[in-house]
Amino acid sequence: MANDPIHQFHITKLIPIEIGGLDLSFTNSSLFMVATVATAGAFLYLTTASRGLVPSRLQSISEMSYEFVANMLRDAAGTQGMRFFPLVFSLFMFVLMANLLGMFPYFFTVTSHIIVTFALSMLVIGTVVVYGFWKHGLKFLGLFVPQGVPGVLVPLVVAIEVVSFLSRPISLSVRLFANMLAGHITLKVFAGFVVSLASFGALGVGGAVLPLIMTVALTGLEFLVAFLQAYVFAVLTCMYLNDALHPSH
Amino acid sequence: MEAEAAKFIGAGIATIGMGGAGIGLGHIFGNYLAGALRNPSAADGQFGRLIFGFAVTEALGIFSLLVALLLLFAV
Repeated sequence: MANDPIHQFHITKLIPIEIGGLDLSFTNSSLFMVATVATAGAFLYLTTASRGLVPSRLQSISEMSYEFVANMLRDAAGTQGMRFFPLVFSLFMFVLMANLLGMFPYFFTVTSHIIVTFALSMLVIGTVVVYGFWKHGLKFLGLFVPQGVPGVLVPLVVAIEVVSFLSRPISLSVRLFANMLAGHITLKVFAGFVVSLASFGALGVGGAVLPLIMTVALTGLEFLVAFLQAYVFAVLTCMYLNDALHPSH
Repeated sequence: MEAEAAKFIGAGIATIGMGGAGIGLGHIFGNYLAGALRNPSAADGQFGRLIFGFAVTEALGIFSLLVALLLLFAV
């Protein structure tokens, strides 16, 4: 078993598949994505299967998560925005479950790879752009011209707004990726300190309690960050979808 | 200077960026607390925005940590 902080991010091919020169292997990342979808789907389905009018505890959790995302989408994008609810809810549940599954020891964190988070954020921005042009035609480009700007400044402001829009997929993906990567590396580094200190004998074992306490605290923080980053990803998705629905600033 | 040494020095310099994020976060939470002390009943309604503001500001600090980690482990 490797004992450096980077080994946890290594992609291993479980079932090598090659189609037409493309490497489409089933990797450990794929396995955990399947596990994420299966866990989230099974949880949502099984807890609401009994359809109690007075919800049981587990059914409440599913209902509360539904309401949480529905309120977030309605606040950001209005009642028209609810047409995107399946997308936003799926994104939220996928990111949340992927982050949480990565917290278990020896499990792989799907969202700690930039390509995964980039694919998710390109899905969001792609939806925004395609839907914006489909619904509003070229008036969608009015997104880049805020109201009340003096005519002289309009070219500068438009340039700034375009750059700011193009930075959205990057910031959306890198935020989630960097949080997961940094959190997990930090956890492994402190865990490594416990082992390094404990190898110094009896006094070292006593001293090793300190990084152990820090590791426990960091694990708690990482659970919080898992929820927080899923929430922020979903909230930003709602705001960007609002820009597609109502492009005038 | 060898590339290895430059990597470590670069990683150390990159962590300076997190100071800015710390200032920004202190600003956000300080303003929230000041407002909450003036108007406690309105504080809970703004909690969601507080958490959102915290996350997007923290992201910039994490970006600089990412540069440091990339220099240490991935370059």
